[in-house]
Amino acid sequence: MTDGRRPMAHEQDRGLSGRGSSAGRFRVVASGAAPLALVVVLVLYVSGPGSTMLEVGVPLPEVTIERVDFVGSEILATVRNTGPIPVSIAVADVNDRIHPAAVEPDAHLERYETAVVRIPFDWNVAEPYTIGITTDDGTRFEREVESAAPALRPSGEMAAFFAVIGTYVGVIPVLIGLLWLPFMRRMGRQVYVFFLAVTVGLLFFLALDSVEEAVDVSQENLAGSFNGLMLLATSVVVSFLGLFYAGERLSGSRGIGGGGRVGGGDGRTGSGASPRLAGPVAIALMISIGIGLHNFGEGLAIGAAVGLGSVAFSSFLIVGFAIHNVTEGVAIAAPLSRERVAVWKLAGLGVLAGAPAIFGGWVGGFAYSPIASVVFLGVGAGAIFQVMVVLVRWIGRGDSPANGSNGSGASGGGSSGLSSAPFAAGIVVGMLIMYVTSILV
Amino acid sequence: MATGSPRAVILALAAASAIAVLSASAISDVYTEAQRPPQTFVTHTGAVITTTGEVLDPVYQISEVEFDPDEYLRNFEYGRISVDSETGQTVREYVIVAEDDLVQEIAPGVFYNVWTFNGTVPGPTIRATDGDLVRITFVNNGTKPHTMHFHGIHPAIMDGVFEPVGGGGGQFTYEFEAGPVGVHPYHCHIMPLEEHIIHGLYGVFIVDPKEGRVPADEMVMVLNGFDTDFDAENNFYAANTVPFYYQHHPIQIERDRLIRVYVVNMVEFDPINNFHLHGNLFYYYPTGTDRVASFYTDMITMSQTERGIMEFTYEHTGKFLFHAHKVEFSEKGWVGVFLVKDPGPGDGGGYNGDSSDGDAATGGSSGAAWEPAQDATGPAAAAAAYDGREAPDGA
Repeated sequence: MTDGRRPMAHEQDRGLSGRGSSAGRFRVVASGAAPLALVVVLVLYVSGPGSTMLEVGVPLPEVTIERVDFVGSEILATVRNTGPIPVSIAVADVNDRIHPAAVEPDAHLERYETAVVRIPFDWNVAEPYTIGITTDDGTRFEREVESAAPALRPSGEMAAFFAVIGTYVGVIPVLIGLLWLPFMRRMGRQVYVFFLAVTVGLLFFLALDSVEEAVDVSQENLAGSFNGLMLLATSVVVSFLGLFYAGERLSGSRGIGGGGRVGGGDGRTGSGASPRLAGPVAIALMISIGIGLHNFGEGLAIGAAVGLGSVAFSSFLIVGFAIHNVTEGVAIAAPLSRERVAVWKLAGLGVLAGAPAIFGGWVGGFAYSPIASVVFLGVGAGAIFQVMVVLVRWIGRGDSPANGSNGSGASGGGSSGLSSAPFAAGIVVGMLIMYVTSILV
Repeated sequence: MATGSPRAVILALAAASAIAVLSASAISDVYTEAQRPPQTFVTHTGAVITTTGEVLDPVYQISEVEFDPDEYLRNFEYGRISVDSETGQTVREYVIVAEDDLVQEIAPGVFYNVWTFNGTVPGPTIRATDGDLVRITFVNNGTKPHTMHFHGIHPAIMDGVFEPVGGGGGQFTYEFEAGPVGVHPYHCHIMPLEEHIIHGLYGVFIVDPKEGRVPADEMVMVLNGFDTDFDAENNFYAANTVPFYYQHHPIQIERDRLIRVYVVNMVEFDPINNFHLHGNLFYYYPTGTDRVASFYTDMITMSQTERGIMEFTYEHTGKFLFHAHKVEFSEKGWVGVFLVKDPGPGDGGGYNGDSSDGDAATGGSSGAAWEPAQDATGPAAAAAAYDGREAPDGA
């Protein structure tokens, strides 16, 4: 009882006297920790040994076949217990026909434990297979593979293969896109805004694309217990807020600062001569990072597709990705078109945006994990959303000096830049470009 | 907007690292046991596998074997035999107990809620002679109503359809004259019928002709299946319940000896089942009602509850497969092997896989499985001592 009363008394104290001494600080910590301790007690009481309170209903077993590999004359199924109760694997089948198999390390799976089921089977390349696992209560779970392909093993050859593909798909197209920079340099303000808006459209499309891909992955490969959609939402928000916060810190409060300042501070910052990293280079860098994360996700998808044999990886597909990704170079180049930037910096930005496709290919091909894919794609989407916000502000601010009379209103910056024809047209064109090029993929 | 507070940074970092740790632990494989040295297994398909883990194969998986297909194969229940002093009619009395709460290992490692007559799927093979009075004291110890519905000729009230016997000890006495001659199924006939059948409430009822059949090595095979995940498709098939059992425990028979198989198809969901014999052909008597074989073939096709008698003799020794030629069924367990041996002088017939069953008199080497039914001092006497509630394993 006394423990319970003291923090309350202390809170009243604090209300009057403000921050207390170190003893007061301890009480703050204690008052924060007490509810946590009670939660622990509650959990132990309800689910601990001897508790019969919650023996209502029948928990159903669930296992998820997370991946299927075709190796030599064996089929390997990686199985995870994603249900609420421990299970034992009793039977393995291929195309709904029982086959002998081995389970490593053993057939008993605690919650979230994984095992590899090895089924000796002379599989045929490019044929579809359905792998089934039956648990000790007779429930059968299956996973379909559209087209069997030899599993990728980490090797120098394969690593080089993915490096080449990543370079074709990521690095080279982005660098080509950057070559529009001299062209963009020579255009007037309206065209400049248009290109920045195109970038926003491109990014918006990429972000949605990442989200869609992550939703697909979580629905196809992730057990329900992992809450794929919420994992995605969390990743997007954490990434967005984290980068937003970091961006604000890096660019200083005077640059592209907090929401209220854009309208009010436009007159001073309009030239873009903010301290530290507030300038166009910083924005281009953020765009590069965002696109890089997106391309990492794209690389994951490509690597996983090759590794899991779900697509025939054709040169056509590479061409499609390459054309698609040229637009990403434009996105990086657009904010730099009013700056003098060293060539090596430009190249660096391009590599930063494109090279993650290579790493993504390695990770996706050799160590595919649906959870990691969802997280990476979500982080990529959040990063792109953050860059979009920065860009939109940049556009609004960049134009505002021309409309100084509106500067006092919070929406003043936007009324010219963000509601102008070039801005709207740019976003539409950007998304259309992405859509059309995405058909090639 | 209080940007830049160090506490916010710490919070964000803590949150981020917590997420990282959580996802890392979810991604990484949790191996809790030390690895064993690799072992090599030759599996039932012939595939060889070397593993440090466990093997999933009916040859190696240890089962509880609550139901012994070897014992069931040649076990016939002749009942408690008496003679009606007035009519001179042979009376065969049985006690059959139904249960629906047992969970048995119906395939290695797979546990399923079986509904049973006398504790097994299939229930006991009830055997009588044409014209005998069969009297079955049926006790329902289950939780749901159950009945016994015999295929055959009997009064309407003995049909086991309109007189549900309540669970928790409900009783009913089925009494009818055995007939016609042949092999018939019996099963529970409570609605929903499919549910009661697929859980295992079925068995075989054999009616012998008065004059008897030619002596033979006789056996019963119920072709059945189990839908363990309730998707209206069988997950496992078998001859006598346990998938692949007779493939690993070949049925031992003698060369040049007449083999008679009473085969009953109780598979649900799939419209047909079939029986293919290797290295031989058999004479087939559909339903066993005719004395003249209808077919001489190595392949018969049967729909639900279709049944018949197969008779054959092997000229060659060795292992001969028998299985569903609907290969899906055989690859899910409905496959077995006859191991044909030379008739050895001192091995007492040697067909019985269970060597501990020493006296081997029951229908075996004497070659007159059906005959002793008339003789209360023969194997039938042992069978007559059978009481379903106390010794469901039989004599």
